[in-house]
Amino acid sequence: MSTEQQKRPDERDVTVKRKSMSRVVTLPKDEDRDTLVDYYSQMLLVRRFEEKSAEMYNKARIGGYCHLNLGEEATVVGFCAGLGPKDYVYTNYREHGYAICRGISTKTIMAELFGRETGCSRGRGGSMHLFSLEHRLLGGYAIVGGQIPLAVGAAFAIAYRGSDEVVVCQMGDGTTNGGPFFESLNLAKIHKLPIVFFIVNNQYGMGMPAEKGSAVPELYRKGHAFDMLSERVDGNDVLAVRDAMRRAVNVARGQHEPVLLEAVSYRLKGHSVIDPDRYRDEEEVKRGRAQDPIPTFARHLLEARLIDEQGLDEIEQQVEREVEEAVRFAEESPFPPIESLMDYIYAPDNFEPERR
Amino acid sequence: MAEISFRQVLNDTLREEMQRDENVFLMGEEIGNFEGSYKITAGLLKEFGSKRVVDTPIAENGFVGMAVGAAMLGLRPVVEIMTFNFIALAIDEILNHAAKIYYMFGGQTPVPMVIRTPGGGGQQLSATHSQNLEAWFAHIPGLQVVAPSTPGDARGLLRTAIRNNNPVLFLEHLALYNAKGEVPEGDYTIPFGQAKVTKEGKDLTVISYSRKAAIAYEVASRFERENKLSVEVVDIRSLRPLDRETLVNSVKKTGRAIIFEEDWRSYGVGAEIVATLQEDAFDYLDAPIKRVASVEVPLPYSKPLELAALTGAQELEDAINDLAPRRRRR
Repeated sequence: MSTEQQKRPDERDVTVKRKSMSRVVTLPKDEDRDTLVDYYSQMLLVRRFEEKSAEMYNKARIGGYCHLNLGEEATVVGFCAGLGPKDYVYTNYREHGYAICRGISTKTIMAELFGRETGCSRGRGGSMHLFSLEHRLLGGYAIVGGQIPLAVGAAFAIAYRGSDEVVVCQMGDGTTNGGPFFESLNLAKIHKLPIVFFIVNNQYGMGMPAEKGSAVPELYRKGHAFDMLSERVDGNDVLAVRDAMRRAVNVARGQHEPVLLEAVSYRLKGHSVIDPDRYRDEEEVKRGRAQDPIPTFARHLLEARLIDEQGLDEIEQQVEREVEEAVRFAEESPFPPIESLMDYIYAPDNFEPERR
Repeated sequence: MAEISFRQVLNDTLREEMQRDENVFLMGEEIGNFEGSYKITAGLLKEFGSKRVVDTPIAENGFVGMAVGAAMLGLRPVVEIMTFNFIALAIDEILNHAAKIYYMFGGQTPVPMVIRTPGGGGQQLSATHSQNLEAWFAHIPGLQVVAPSTPGDARGLLRTAIRNNNPVLFLEHLALYNAKGEVPEGDYTIPFGQAKVTKEGKDLTVISYSRKAAIAYEVASRFERENKLSVEVVDIRSLRPLDRETLVNSVKKTGRAIIFEEDWRSYGVGAEIVATLQEDAFDYLDAPIKRVASVEVPLPYSKPLELAALTGAQELEDAINDLAPRRRRR
């Protein structure tokens, strides 16, 4: 937790004291004001997008399963902020936020959730399978752990061609208990591949507490079995996550060494929209919600005088407008034509990737 | 035309495809230093180096998934699974990833990869090393499954598999590796979904693939030599896509069919073919279709038991005699 208990003589330092937690959070001097405000906007966009997704799911506009990034916004934004535009991202099924922060338009993401032809996966994938070759999001994957070997393979292809991209593979805490995780870490290490394994430890695998499912509660330590550079970071601290990601990506890119990162976050609600979340202790949920990264970061920005209440309101309005527009776009978009049911089962011999 | 063994033809074809396309590379257990459990990749590590002939640890799930990811970025991995049985460890990456990625993401990235693996029992390898699981894979939209019975077909189909933009299961057979056959010259390919009538006949049709198709050809030739019956043999070669037309046309001609398969009978490849024939050739059938398949038992080790579980030329002959028309067609 690199930012905890650090205090700089800088006037931007912000000390937050609460009953539940006493910590000092630093907004470093060399941070650009616009960048910090942008992180806030992105986090808020993810928050409002996810809240709207839940609403649309409950109105049956969105089908299937719908897993939200609520509570993980600092992790999501820090993750994407630490990457270069050419780097590749693989995620699990809780990936709306990653898609947004990779720059895929909220319109095409919402359209995908609505199952429309204009969706980023043309309505064939849904919430759990967002994809954009153009934005180098190489998929959300809904089989726990299935994406990890794929990401290793993408990193293998990069090494094979001698290019300088990095692959980042996001996964949840529960994934680290399965075989694909261990096989993948081993393969990445023996081949010296440019990949970052990124565990979002939101402390629950559906209803199972992370420490109950894993013999090692500090998940980053699993990287040590493979002599892999491994680090744990406060997932509620967007700058800490970004910086850890930058360090990891630098090592992966520069040294062709895989790196493991664990961001400790908290899932604000149930596993998916339909989960009423009755299995968690009330006090614990209260403590978790008290660490909500969005109001915390807003307070830091205010106290550092990087923004005022009016500025925050403007961001709120802008974000809400964008989310409303995304819903409108999705509503107005056509469903894929029935005649296209059998399209895309097999790629033609003359396949050319298109830019969308 | 030169007579070349199955093993040699696979080795030659892999070499040529690697020379032709920089994106083609091989991966699998013991394919490099050890030169392959069945020596299909002999000499290739020396020729192409460890960048393109990649020895993997014993982690089928991991390295098959790795091949899928590499294919997503445009490489053309050819993966060897040491024996067909071990593919079970990788099935999630094949079923849920290789076969789904092109469709599920709306056609944005294809998965051009090949999985080569030998099936076949009968060498006292017992229950976990003798299975024929092709029906599992032929069941899945998004995959292609081919199973050649001759070196000539192996060459043409392997070229198509490697140059194709989709995941392909290329099924070999332990008992065919030493089989020799004529291999045409030149850079020919064989399109998927084309069955081959390997022997023309009038009285009944035997439909088969892989090693069983080779046996069927021998049995039919013997019947012809002995002037007993005129047996047509259709080698389907490609299980998915399946060439329904060639099968149906053959049965329309002969009116009788036997499916000769090495997998288990229930829910097997034969069941699909029987269904196809009753859908499209029902009015032409003069007798119920027969299936000659493996006995439904985990293959035992002990030789007499193993022999009792496997089906071969004798069972096919019995079935042919049983099904043959009382009066031969002219």
